[in-house]
Amino acid sequence: MDMQATKKKLNLKEKYRAMTRDLDWNPSYQKLEDIYPYASYEGVKIHDWEKWEDPFRLTMDAYWKYQAEKERKLYAIIDAYAQNNGHLNVTDARYLNAIKILLTGVTPLEYMAHRGFAHAGRQFPGAGPRVACLMQSLDEIRHAQTQIHSLSNYNKFYNGFHEFTHMFERVWFLSVSRSFFDDAVSAGPFEFIVSIGFSFEYVLTNLLFVPFVSGAAYNGDMGTMTFGFSAQSDEARHMTLGLEAIKFILEQDPANVPIVQRWIDKWTWRGYRVLTLVAMMMDYMLPKRIMSWKEAWEVYFEENGGALFKDLARYGIRPPKWLDQIAQDKDHISHQAWCTFYNYALAANFHTWIPSEEEMDWLARKYPNSFDKYYRPRLEYWREQAAQGNRFYNKTLPMLCQTCQIPMLFTEPGDPTKICYREADYKGEKYHFCSDGCKEIFENEPEKYIQAWLPVHQVYQGNCFPEGTDPTAEGFDPLAAVLRYYHLESGRDNLDFEGSEDQRNFAAWRGQATTNA
Amino acid sequence: MHIDLRTVSIKPLRQTFDHVARRIGADKPASRYQEGSFDLQATTNFHYRPTWDPDHKLFDASRSAIRMADWYAFRDPRQFYYGAYTLARAKQQDAAEANFDFVESRQLADALPDELKAQALALLLPLRHVAWGGNTNNAAICAYGYGTTFTQPCIFHALDHLGIAQYLTRIGLLFGDTEALAEAKRAWLEDERWQGLRRYVEDSFVIKDPFELYVAQNVALDGLLYALVYETLVDDVLATRGGTTLALLTQFMTEWFAETRKWVDATLKTAAAESAENKAQLEKWLRLWGERAAAALLPIARIVPDLDSDAVMSDVVQQFNARLAKAGLSL
Repeated sequence: MDMQATKKKLNLKEKYRAMTRDLDWNPSYQKLEDIYPYASYEGVKIHDWEKWEDPFRLTMDAYWKYQAEKERKLYAIIDAYAQNNGHLNVTDARYLNAIKILLTGVTPLEYMAHRGFAHAGRQFPGAGPRVACLMQSLDEIRHAQTQIHSLSNYNKFYNGFHEFTHMFERVWFLSVSRSFFDDAVSAGPFEFIVSIGFSFEYVLTNLLFVPFVSGAAYNGDMGTMTFGFSAQSDEARHMTLGLEAIKFILEQDPANVPIVQRWIDKWTWRGYRVLTLVAMMMDYMLPKRIMSWKEAWEVYFEENGGALFKDLARYGIRPPKWLDQIAQDKDHISHQAWCTFYNYALAANFHTWIPSEEEMDWLARKYPNSFDKYYRPRLEYWREQAAQGNRFYNKTLPMLCQTCQIPMLFTEPGDPTKICYREADYKGEKYHFCSDGCKEIFENEPEKYIQAWLPVHQVYQGNCFPEGTDPTAEGFDPLAAVLRYYHLESGRDNLDFEGSEDQRNFAAWRGQATTNA
Repeated sequence: MHIDLRTVSIKPLRQTFDHVARRIGADKPASRYQEGSFDLQATTNFHYRPTWDPDHKLFDASRSAIRMADWYAFRDPRQFYYGAYTLARAKQQDAAEANFDFVESRQLADALPDELKAQALALLLPLRHVAWGGNTNNAAICAYGYGTTFTQPCIFHALDHLGIAQYLTRIGLLFGDTEALAEAKRAWLEDERWQGLRRYVEDSFVIKDPFELYVAQNVALDGLLYALVYETLVDDVLATRGGTTLALLTQFMTEWFAETRKWVDATLKTAAAESAENKAQLEKWLRLWGERAAAALLPIARIVPDLDSDAVMSDVVQQFNARLAKAGLSL
């Protein structure tokens, strides 16, 4: 009794401290720089890790309890959705192609985030950020797995999902998202947390995560929607970690400001380039649209991001570079990307199509400055050609940007009729870029970006054929060999939606489920 | 009676992902563990060498001296993917919470003899820091190991260690207060009895080979420490001296050790069975770290008075060696 009376009552902050950073100690048998060997080479100066403010205070017992409750609900819904053939309730079968991009292009990134945060969570000399990073590492494997489990049932019935891990490491357009994350994880722990924790999770997540999840909600995909809503509270934690990380780094030393500024410039541009896929998905692939890419950019970046960068101005941080170009591009990139994928539909694991007349009207309303003038005529021409039996498939390979790895499809700022090309010389070789942003990022770290595994270069060098292929054999078909290397089933995974097996099966199954014919 | 509920039945095109089908030998329904684990880690066509380790690829099996033809030969016998893992831990957490409630509501901590309480605090509280070391090391194995079925359980294990450090902290706050935690930290940093163990943990922080780290942390140190402290000193010795309350509060650790040991043993067995070279390498590491861990733990065993600590320790080592023998390793 006495003892209880004299016991000091801890407040929440003190208690969390006892549960986390008080577990750490100053080592004496090994040197700090040997235990945390990657803490200084990036040039970021940290004087006092104690100044780290825990962005959330979640002990493991509470974590297990909350997360298990969420998992129970999520898997109950995934099971019910599968049992009831929920896939037949999506708005129309074209929608499935949006979630093929999610599974092959985004889910593996969740896994990479898991490993990246394990690395950061091992390497920061401060115990506070280490705990937060490791919890995020654990969350990220959750996101990878709940996405796989939510989409697993689609794989049973539709094409294009069946080799997502294999394709992620090989298929040309997937190198865009893969190289983005490889770039982040191969950077030091500080750049990693600024790139993924801040630029991606905090600044751009509403433009990546939200379109897929809202897209699912708008299009009757309860599996993906439920996963997304279930991940929401994790994402909120991740965003607070990203924001705390950047504020902490900036507050520690004024010399950190220019380093962080360069990372913000780089990662906003890198992230924005990856979002080209999302822009295309929002404007072209969702049968029931949420909003246009342009509107999403205005709400989630220009308004929300604007307020954020105003807040960061007191640290000496200015808004990211190249925003003026992005502001011009927002009328164009989704259309330019869709036109490119329409061209290269032979070599992608999802279908493309010409939007319906009603959809083109929607695009014209959302993009009054660009759609009717530049893109509608193209789409109508292709539609006409397809009607005459000349559906166009481009069989050549495009030039890729050395940095973002997107084909050279973007146009000059201010002139949407002229493709934008930039180049740089480095050690006697010429490198090509889609933009000033990608060129500058290269020039800051040429030794990194010359290593890029560019899918087109690799195909031309003969590195993308199945083992044992003889390219000198009579009648050798290089494209067919590349598709085999991708494990892409030609005729099922690729080509136009019109006439696809997905289209036929969906129609037949929906009929079987809703009529007595 | 059979109730014949019907759903509209559509024949699927395939049962699982192709990369999963290749691993399970046929296109047949796969478990969530399999779909959520197989081949998730990239193995080829990496874009950039890590700036923090330019001698290796981002994921690189050659970070370890252990060689595997296929790193997915490792399987977690618990089949833990995130969902299964959190559900299992939430259940254990429920039990732990009930135990803490029971002890708190009946003020059993105060009922414990002072002497026993002091012994318990001296024995258990510095282990907060050992568990923190286990957290750090498993984060490293997860980050630098190869293949998801090998690395995935390590992130679970890392956060488990954090959870254990937090349960120990709660015990400290329940039996004493922040001063008890501070006193234990002083012992960890300065008391002669703890220095062997602290040196062991700090030395493990600089091990580069993820599999060697696995052996040093998850096999040798935890294998001996949990058997000694929780299974023997708390559950057998202190419990019979009036400390059942303690055993109640460390139930999580005892059960956790029994469960995770199955995974650790399966991992060792798979690595050892792969080749004679692996087996020899593992035995070399086990001799090195096993002997060091046993030596570091002996002074900890001596914290409990009136006990033949040498005999207790030698029993624990013997059982440990028997465990390793079952995994195909002889010391």
